Amino acid sequence: MKLTRRRRQRLARSAGYVVFALVILAVVAAADWGTLSEAFFRLDVARSMFPEAITVALRNTVFYTLMAFAFGLALGLVLALMRLSSVLPYRWFATAYIELFRGLPALLVLFMVGYGVPLAFPDREIPGGVYGSVTLGLGITAAAYMAETIRAGIQAVPKGQLEAARTLGMSHTRAMISIILPQAFRIVIPPLTNEIILLTKDTSLVYVLGVTSTTIELTKFAGDALNTRVNPTPLVVAGLLYLVITLPLGQVVRYLERRAARER
Amino acid sequence: MSTIEISNLHKSFAKLDVLRGIDLSVGTGEVVCVIGPSGSGKSTLLRCVNLLEQPTSGTVRVGDVEVTDPDCDIDGVRRRIGMVFQQFNLFGHLTVRENVTIAQRRVLKRSRAEADRIALLNLERVGLADKAGSYPAQLSGGQQQRVAIARALAMDPQLMLFDEPTSALDPELVGEVLAVMRGLAAEGMTMLVVTHEMAFAREVASRVVFMDGGVVVEQGPPAEVFGNPREDRTKTFLHRVLEPTSVSESEIGAHLSE
Repeated sequence: MKLTRRRRQRLARSAGYVVFALVILAVVAAADWGTLSEAFFRLDVARSMFPEAITVALRNTVFYTLMAFAFGLALGLVLALMRLSSVLPYRWFATAYIELFRGLPALLVLFMVGYGVPLAFPDREIPGGVYGSVTLGLGITAAAYMAETIRAGIQAVPKGQLEAARTLGMSHTRAMISIILPQAFRIVIPPLTNEIILLTKDTSLVYVLGVTSTTIELTKFAGDALNTRVNPTPLVVAGLLYLVITLPLGQVVRYLERRAARER
Repeated sequence: MSTIEISNLHKSFAKLDVLRGIDLSVGTGEVVCVIGPSGSGKSTLLRCVNLLEQPTSGTVRVGDVEVTDPDCDIDGVRRRIGMVFQQFNLFGHLTVRENVTIAQRRVLKRSRAEADRIALLNLERVGLADKAGSYPAQLSGGQQQRVAIARALAMDPQLMLFDEPTSALDPELVGEVLAVMRGLAAEGMTMLVVTHEMAFAREVASRVVFMDGGVVVEQGPPAEVFGNPREDRTKTFLHRVLEPTSVSESEIGAHLSE
């Protein structure tokens, strides 16, 4: 039988599938399933984590994320507008802020807010306790990223939109509020959703602030359970709970991107 | 009485002199069409009237306000000058109705009901009352441009500026926009129109202005400028625009048939 080009291609592809399946099978066969499930999938250990895993840990993770996101979004918007301002010092300030906090690790900023600032000003307190420190510590960094995203969104709105608004007698501020920003935010919703996903994961750094049993978040909660039960199952549980937050957000991004592509 | 009074207007971008001393007046109720080759400064001239471009020197008066005065309330002046763009520039996140009402409400402080009423009135004028709930992206280019005209009219302007309003349209959609503009002219609206539609200029304009190289080369009634142009540059331009298939090779320095 002569090998035509198509037949050769089909053969190569089938060979690929077979090798892939064999590798998977070999790994499955080689694995020690008893030990694995004993270590990572102990149902009694998993069960002992509930309901606190959800009512306290997951709740706090979501809460920290939302607080930091709200703070970062508000500050990011201000920075984006300063960055695009015609006032030179505003532009300088915004650029310096963005360059600085985009370049620092979130953990370092969190240490600074949680320990550095209280040490420097012992008789002052960041309002809101741990919640306030987390909002600032994570929000300061998030604002730097979001400022750049929002700036790009504002610049992606065609110049003619501002001209049309100004021509109708709107002031620059009014045109920004009614015409430019609503369209800019439509453009930046997908990247901002990605920012929420990143923030969700960054809340795992909060443990360095010394959280209590009421302010604990998922990663620290799982770490504590790991210590008391001497079994890694809690890490798997925490991982799954993170996915409960981040997977739907990922879907939202995909949906919004598809919709945006249709509208173009 | 003049609605627009432009005198000795200059505009430069970096080293490029786009306008080199323009004197032009537009009387109340006049329809003035500005024609001329690309890069002659027609659009820049129009954009200087409502200060979308800041003139380098010279004065522009609209009504009794000197627009070029640094202390002039430009937002107040723009309120009374409608402008229609080549690219329509409808607000994409708003429906047709909202496009026509937003400036009425935010700038003129009209009530919602009042703004809606006036919006519908003006959408009827351009024949699009049934599209009030649509978004711009759902409309054809010609429909979008008619909404843009309604949006400008809803502000009760004393004067309308048109910046090549049909240049971005498919050929079969040009007619509906020109029809709306012709109707507007017949109602007595003062209009300054930059256009490449010679038939429209010839039929509707009370005066045609031919610009080239940043100056007004000649102006007059359409019958004169089109029928009996005085300047050579005008003749060459009209010949190329009105009879594009009869432009000879020798005119442009080509030698294809040799």
